[in-house]
Amino acid sequence: MSDHEYTPKSKVGKWFNDRLPLLTLANHLTDYPTPKNLNYWWTFGGILTFCLITQIITGIVLGMHYVAHADLAFQSVEHIMRDVNYGWLIRYVHANGASMFFLAVYIHIFRSLYYGSYKSPREVIWIIGMLIYFLMMATAFMGYVLPWGQMSFWGATVITNLFSAIPLVGESITNWLWGGYSVDNPTLTRFFSLHYLFPFLILGLVVLHIWALHVPGNNNPIGIDIKKPSKDTVPFHPYIVIKDAFALLIFLLIFAFFVFFSPNILGHADNYIEANPLVTPAHIVPEWYLLPFYAILRSVPDKLLGVIAMFAAIFVLVILPWLDTSKVRSTVFRPIYKQFYWFLVADVLILGYVGAMPAEGIYLLIARVATAYYFAHFLLILPFLGFKEKTTPLPLSITEPILGGSPDMAMARDNSNYKKNL
Amino acid sequence: MRNSLKLTFFFILVSSLFFSKVNAAGEQHDLLEVDWSFKSFFGKFDRASLQRGYQVYTEVCASCHSLKHLSYRNLAEKGGPEFTELEAKAIASNFEVTDGPNSDGEMYERPAKLSDKFVMPYANVQEAIAANGGAYPPDMSVLVKARGGGANYIYSVLMGYDEPPAGMELDDGVYYNKYMYGNKIKMASPLDDDIVEYSDGTKATVDQMAKDVTTFLQWTAEPHLEARHKLGFRVIIYLSVLTVLVYFSMKKIWSRIETKV
Amino acid sequence: MSDSEKKKPNRRDFIVTATTAAGAVGVGAVVWPLVDQMNPDASVKALASTEVDISAVEPGQSITVLWRGKPVFIKRRTQDEIDSARDVDLSELKHPEKDEDRAKNPEWLVMLGVCTHLGCVPLTDKGDYGAWFCPCHGSHYDTSGRIRKGPAPTNMEVPKYEFVNSNTIKIG
Repeated sequence: MSDHEYTPKSKVGKWFNDRLPLLTLANHLTDYPTPKNLNYWWTFGGILTFCLITQIITGIVLGMHYVAHADLAFQSVEHIMRDVNYGWLIRYVHANGASMFFLAVYIHIFRSLYYGSYKSPREVIWIIGMLIYFLMMATAFMGYVLPWGQMSFWGATVITNLFSAIPLVGESITNWLWGGYSVDNPTLTRFFSLHYLFPFLILGLVVLHIWALHVPGNNNPIGIDIKKPSKDTVPFHPYIVIKDAFALLIFLLIFAFFVFFSPNILGHADNYIEANPLVTPAHIVPEWYLLPFYAILRSVPDKLLGVIAMFAAIFVLVILPWLDTSKVRSTVFRPIYKQFYWFLVADVLILGYVGAMPAEGIYLLIARVATAYYFAHFLLILPFLGFKEKTTPLPLSITEPILGGSPDMAMARDNSNYKKNL
Repeated sequence: MRNSLKLTFFFILVSSLFFSKVNAAGEQHDLLEVDWSFKSFFGKFDRASLQRGYQVYTEVCASCHSLKHLSYRNLAEKGGPEFTELEAKAIASNFEVTDGPNSDGEMYERPAKLSDKFVMPYANVQEAIAANGGAYPPDMSVLVKARGGGANYIYSVLMGYDEPPAGMELDDGVYYNKYMYGNKIKMASPLDDDIVEYSDGTKATVDQMAKDVTTFLQWTAEPHLEARHKLGFRVIIYLSVLTVLVYFSMKKIWSRIETKV
Repeated sequence: MSDSEKKKPNRRDFIVTATTAAGAVGVGAVVWPLVDQMNPDASVKALASTEVDISAVEPGQSITVLWRGKPVFIKRRTQDEIDSARDVDLSELKHPEKDEDRAKNPEWLVMLGVCTHLGCVPLTDKGDYGAWFCPCHGSHYDTSGRIRKGPAPTNMEVPKYEFVNSNTIKIG
């Protein structure tokens, strides 16, 4: 992977490195040539790594005090909130951390969509990323069940009932998922077990995600291939490290604001009512980060087709590298796609909004239009646009546009200026 | 700069989504707004109000509503009503709890200790439902967090009893409440002027009692609210300072190469 | 080597050092809640003392009660046992302690029923001194709970306790 063979200076270092090349790896990571024009949207990879580690650490700590039993779960969460030293802090970090994790992952995904980071040769990075995203949703969903409040219970009931849509074996599958005939104690204990396991699967996938990234190297805002290392790159440490740290701190300020001053705003009040299998809350909504998919699910009048549509909405992202036929990566040079990109952002936000609303009247209509547009974007617009769109000329390198100077996105975008410099 | 603007924009978009969600679940009547002392960044509880609120809870609510996640020791803990340990012990000893088995294998009654959980008015949910005309008086430990409007909602419901509008039929044991979901409530108006006698001389109006007991319930739901605000303030200050330091370090480091960051 | 790497300065800038230090302080502060959460919590601390009714204990009898998750022996000693505990030359003891210091009220001996060797619970009225004997590795204790023979290094521990009244002992 490394461009130069690395030899440790000390004898001990060399002895160890010959047997396990950890130092070579560390050297590769610090010297890793990174495009110097990465903007702040590229800092979310580091932020996401931070989020995952925070969730794992706080989660392990909560697991020391939490009791996975239908009769005791709610009480044990209150025990954490009231009696455990700093328990309230650790739980609020974990609960809000899930939301912050998704906020970051959505920005990360939309950054990738904007700059075409999913395109050749980075398809595998993208697919692993989608797997991570899918596992994140499963993990978050199961985590939300653990406090055993009303939303936990009814959320679990509604989502597991999705599988009952499968013809013939649906009921057997739901009974298998529940370990009974409804969501109950066996469901809670297995969700706890899996909620503990999945983050480590995610961690493994993150390692693969980064490994796959380090083979072709980072994409960049201009989306052109660059030589590495060259004038266009900087070593990861200290340049990218310090920039990531700065972005992470801004992120932490927002995170801290939620944890300390609005810790319950992202959750649902009904989850502070103990689970009751006899009473369904007036209005069941999933956590905000699942709302767009929830809207897609409800916009289809048929049960089975609704479930298929929801999973298809994720699957369509997995095959995105082959749906987008454009040879140009960055949206910077794709004037028409740029419009559609922002339509898609708006569309997903609208889906999220109607997902929180009752599925009736105007909201249902909006949800249907938005769902149709979501699929049209990936299945119709993207494939055709790649052939039809007239892209603006690409610069030859990051430093090229204004020879020797700093890369300037405005300059790069401005054709006349670019040609002059050529 | 452009990027941070975009980031802010995105953040506002996303957060407006949450708030619209919260509002959309709203009631027909806008909740009464109170300028609670525990709101805001430096919010703290009004100690005297918490103690009065405890009195209202014990004398009015406790006959039906449990506080099962609280212990008597909490009454003396920092950030709460802060009764002295002796006062809290005296409060606890007014209640009988079942303990045991003793060496003869029998359960026995004894006065409650600080380490005991609050004694519940009913043995179980079924008994509570049966004794209250089919409606379960909810446990109040986290009630404030379990209602969308929080403290304002609890206060509003306590203040929201009124004559039903013309044409509204109410069954026996059902009362009209402006702020309750569906405007029907099975709890009769619990507060009347001077229903309790405050030892600190505060006049026990319905409004005063509603505020006091709501403050008390906010504390039972968030016993560490004061510690949270205090630590939060420090964390924000620390992060802000570190952000500035990291910003200048970043500028310094990137100045080694002629690239803007 | 790329161009930019050659420009790495030899000494770190002051601002970078200050930032690193400030960051390290923050990391340290984050570690504390993660460590402290494993300490006994508020509900455990509230149970740190327990009151025991001793009115039914006859001379020569002993009872065992649970305190902080460990057994506490409360022995009402006979006059013989008190005498044998007080008639010992301190120089014979592995861990010299006067019985007068261990049992303020000579009739009552209150101590943690945990062998100081490796934490087993000794058997009552057993062993060479007719008092306590630990079956795990053969430590013999006398009627004052002092180690006399065997591998245990110290006497059984006397917890903090007081007589609330003549019938009740408060441990802790």
